[in-house]
Amino acid sequence: MSGPILEVASLSKAFGGLVAVNDVSFALAEGELLGLIGPNGSGKTTTMNLVSGALAPTAGEIRLDGAPISGLSPSVISRAGVARTFQLVRVLPGMTAVENVVAGAVFSRAGLWGVAAEATARRLLGRVGLEERAELPLSAMTYIDQKRVELARALAADPRVLLLDEWLAGLNPTELQTAIELLKEIHADGMTIIMVEHVMDAIRSLCDRCVVMNTGAKIAEGDTAAVLADPHVMAAYLGDE
Amino acid sequence: MTRSEGLTLFTAAAAFAALAALPFVTEGFYLTLAVNMALYIALCTAWTLFSGPTHLVSLATAAFFGIGTYSVAIGIEILPFPLLILCGGVAGALFAALVGAATLRVSGAYFVIFTLGLAELTRQVVAYLQTKVFGSMGLFVLTDHGEGDLFRYLLGLIAAIFLVGWLIGRARLGFAMRVIGNDEVVARHFGIEVARSKVILFMVSGAFIAMVGAIMAPRYAYIEPQSAFNPTMSFLVVIMALLGGTRRLWGPLVGVVPFTIVADFISANFPDHFNVIIGLAFLAVVYLLKDGVTGAIEQALGRRRRAASVTGEGRA
Amino acid sequence: MEILITGVLLGGTYALIALGLTLQYGVARIMNLANGETLVAACFGAWLLFTAAQISPLWGLLIIAPLGFVANGLIYAGLLRPLVRRAVTQGALEVDAILATFGLLFLFEGAMHLIFGGSFFNYQFLAVPFELLGESYALNRVVAFAAAAIISVLLAFFLYRTRFGTAIRAVAVDPDAARLVAIDVEFVALFAFALGGAITACGGALLSTFYTFEASMGGIFMIKALIIVIMGGVGDVRGAVLAALILGVIETLVASLVDPGLTLTATYGLFVTILLFRPQGLFGGAAG
Repeated sequence: MSGPILEVASLSKAFGGLVAVNDVSFALAEGELLGLIGPNGSGKTTTMNLVSGALAPTAGEIRLDGAPISGLSPSVISRAGVARTFQLVRVLPGMTAVENVVAGAVFSRAGLWGVAAEATARRLLGRVGLEERAELPLSAMTYIDQKRVELARALAADPRVLLLDEWLAGLNPTELQTAIELLKEIHADGMTIIMVEHVMDAIRSLCDRCVVMNTGAKIAEGDTAAVLADPHVMAAYLGDE
Repeated sequence: MTRSEGLTLFTAAAAFAALAALPFVTEGFYLTLAVNMALYIALCTAWTLFSGPTHLVSLATAAFFGIGTYSVAIGIEILPFPLLILCGGVAGALFAALVGAATLRVSGAYFVIFTLGLAELTRQVVAYLQTKVFGSMGLFVLTDHGEGDLFRYLLGLIAAIFLVGWLIGRARLGFAMRVIGNDEVVARHFGIEVARSKVILFMVSGAFIAMVGAIMAPRYAYIEPQSAFNPTMSFLVVIMALLGGTRRLWGPLVGVVPFTIVADFISANFPDHFNVIIGLAFLAVVYLLKDGVTGAIEQALGRRRRAASVTGEGRA
Repeated sequence: MEILITGVLLGGTYALIALGLTLQYGVARIMNLANGETLVAACFGAWLLFTAAQISPLWGLLIIAPLGFVANGLIYAGLLRPLVRRAVTQGALEVDAILATFGLLFLFEGAMHLIFGGSFFNYQFLAVPFELLGESYALNRVVAFAAAAIISVLLAFFLYRTRFGTAIRAVAVDPDAARLVAIDVEFVALFAFALGGAITACGGALLSTFYTFEASMGGIFMIKALIIVIMGGVGDVRGAVLAALILGVIETLVASLVDPGLTLTATYGLFVTILLFRPQGLFGGAAG
């Protein structure tokens, strides 16, 4: 029995006087799909940014498969095996869909190049349902398709842990259903995922376990159904009364 | 290699062969003009290698050029000239690594400011070392290389710059630069060492510029800091390259050829007005030709193509 | 000690030049590489007033500063605002601004060269010794420093104690947020750019009382001013003043102890140190 694939220990991040993440700890087993939830401004995205290396923590440690990664640069963390999507979608607008996904595969943990990288990119674009639009430049794509490209790009990095930052936000009900099915498949294939999400239906049907944050601190952790029924969690979402 | 690439390569090779024969048929004024043109084509293309994809305006050209010139001046008694050109390249690359490591990690504006004074800085240091440590103001470079030889060396170097540029474009480094140009945050999060990639590219560009300086050393014969580190060169390179357009490696070509002729005419006839005209040229590029001549042509072609496809669809 | 005081006296004038630039870069977000030309133009202006009309450079400030204000305001409104409006990103604006102000730098430098030629200029104003702590200094340097200090204090008072000054600082911190609280950002940017020009012009007029100047020295002074601005932290008035004094002292140290030909090298040494260890400026907090 190996240890957790990702471990977050007493993590804190302060911006000047504002403590955005306050002494948060949780662990993630290989193959698990963890939901990171909480009201707006509770520090979820900051936590994701700390894990991916976009920010350096003020205190605490993050370990990937036992090795500390906290404070390393995002490029090093990417090669160690963390890939992410962004809360506000970030694509490479001047490049085609294939090139966008290849960009995920070349310098990351996957380390593919040339024919192999392109084959992977086309396969993953097929997986997110974009094989026919593979040659389109990203600037000519809809918001939803851009989000799909972002997911394919993150998968192309062959990550050990995949971070999805509100990847389901802004989808209509039909698209949401398709997207949930897609994530289910990816998870079933063994991908370890942390998802920051507000869409409760998605959390209920996808997440094995949830961590709940409020004003920077972890207020609950456990089985999704139990956590969502917790009065503290309901109070955090709805206010104290 | 695709068929169109093969065709381009063949055309380029034929053009180079024809140009290499040029010094045998012309001499004097036109040969000097041709050398000047080749000089600035080499400088601008090497400059575009770095400043094109990164959009960082480097004003360090004169510093690298002077370093190359001095490499030859220092070593001319000991080593053969072609080897010294390579030494100049190595010196340029090392210098670029130092400058890049200090400045390319922070905001782009700082890089511009830093390179702005770099030629003057290097000139001061070299002048100080020469007078205080070595006790002489200049160095002699006496060779039997005429303008025709310099022209052929420059042509060879231009071919090398284009070849390296083409290879970089096909390599991981070129792809990384495209990703960085699109979104640096994404680049970082997918394993690209942004600062390191920029430094490597700056080194390649700096090495080539230093090699140009090395090749030109015999023309000066007597090398002193004032002539080797001439800041005006840095500005001329920027303006010619931008005039041509930096989106394609061959873009600067379009700017250099007319500009060298005009600049030659101005400095011969209105030397006092040179700076005023350079200033106006800068303003013209910024306000009228944002992507250079080649950018403007591509845009016009793109518009026509789009218009054609729209009418085509209308008919279908 | 003598070196220290000479350095501080020089730094006073540097501070004014840098304050002008930091207003232009910090508030109007234009890295004005032609700033040094305002300085040189002011040097010539003060010289003309003194030699042709016997007007003291100190009274001359009352003419030169408003001229600097109007000229820089016109440059901003006519040439730079179109760039601000067309810029898609801050990065694109930066490149455009750098290239456009380069053009202006060459244009003005060339023009002044045509008018005044390439020779060196100076004039005798208060060139008498002044005793300070047992050493003697040229009175013109001391007076220039005092005038620079008074102008700096007035500027600080304006920025920190008046309503409009607060608006200028707000735009420096966050133009978008400033717009939300009904600050006319475009006007503030224009005003700050013009004011920066006026301050730099004052620096130039004072500099000319003790410094031998020529038409093409604007570039070097602009580099020094930029380095001071970066050292002090962009938009930071106190930082700029302190950085200017430090630079003045270090330059004087190097010039008198090592070699006068190495002053720019000293400046750059300082610049590299700052870039490597405190890229956010001397007083800037941690980024983020």
